[in-house]
Amino acid sequence: MALKASALKVGDTHSERVVENLSRTQIVQYAGASGDYNPLHTDEVYTTQVAGYPSVFAHGMLTMGLTGKMLTNYVGDGTLTKFGVRFTNQVWPGDTLDAKATVVALREEGGQHYVDLALSTTNQDGKEVVSGSATARIDP
Amino acid sequence: MAKITFPVEASHIMMFARAIGDTNPVYHDAAAAKDTEAGGIIAPPSFAQAVAQFDPDYFLRPKPGQKWFGSAKGPSGIEGKPTSSGGLHAEQHYEFHRHIRPGDVLTVETKPGKTWEKESKRAGKLTFRERITEYRDQNGELVITARGVGVTTERPVDQG
Repeated sequence: MALKASALKVGDTHSERVVENLSRTQIVQYAGASGDYNPLHTDEVYTTQVAGYPSVFAHGMLTMGLTGKMLTNYVGDGTLTKFGVRFTNQVWPGDTLDAKATVVALREEGGQHYVDLALSTTNQDGKEVVSGSATARIDP
Repeated sequence: MAKITFPVEASHIMMFARAIGDTNPVYHDAAAAKDTEAGGIIAPPSFAQAVAQFDPDYFLRPKPGQKWFGSAKGPSGIEGKPTSSGGLHAEQHYEFHRHIRPGDVLTVETKPGKTWEKESKRAGKLTFRERITEYRDQNGELVITARGVGVTTERPVDQG
């Protein structure tokens, strides 16, 4: 169901736990589905011994996908007009992520109502891994 | 860059939705999707990135007969430190003119955008490169405009 402008106000929030104890297998699954086989995400030997990171880490786009799951659960199917993120910290196997959307504006443009949202996804230590914004069409 | 043809299939959308842990039927169940406001199966918003599967030259996919920089018996298939190890994804933005559906045959074209540099305490000199990608459908209509920013770090990002 699409959101209704009449039922929303600036400052409203929606949050979801989008992954708990992220598995290396889910990262592999994302590599296979997206086609991004960068060994930094799935190859511990390469990542620790050649690239110099403590372990493999998730694709930024997996974290965007997880954040997008919260977002589409909130705004409804096929209503997004914009979705953008910055990757602010890496996401590691074992991480638990909470994604949150906050209403920053309600607008009307050419008879169509829109909601502008600020997005933030944080890990179990409260560290932000993704910050972003989105816009969706909503009902009056 | 050459244009890439991206045929969108329902099974690919289903696998992508599984990978992001999204069980919403609108991504895999045609009958249930029919009754949603989308009116049928659509792709999750970040699915556009899976165009990598259809890029014949995509450098992050191993190819038969070519050396791969990931590990085999040793830590890297390439002598010395591979130059791509410092590349990370910094930003990704999508503008949706409509949402991708199974059966769409998208033509995807990427153009370089701005380049800039920044000094970082955690990773040394950062070089940012922007790429603008347009996804057009079988009727030539713009479906998605994407803006990605990649960053090359001077050294691995300090986790401290």
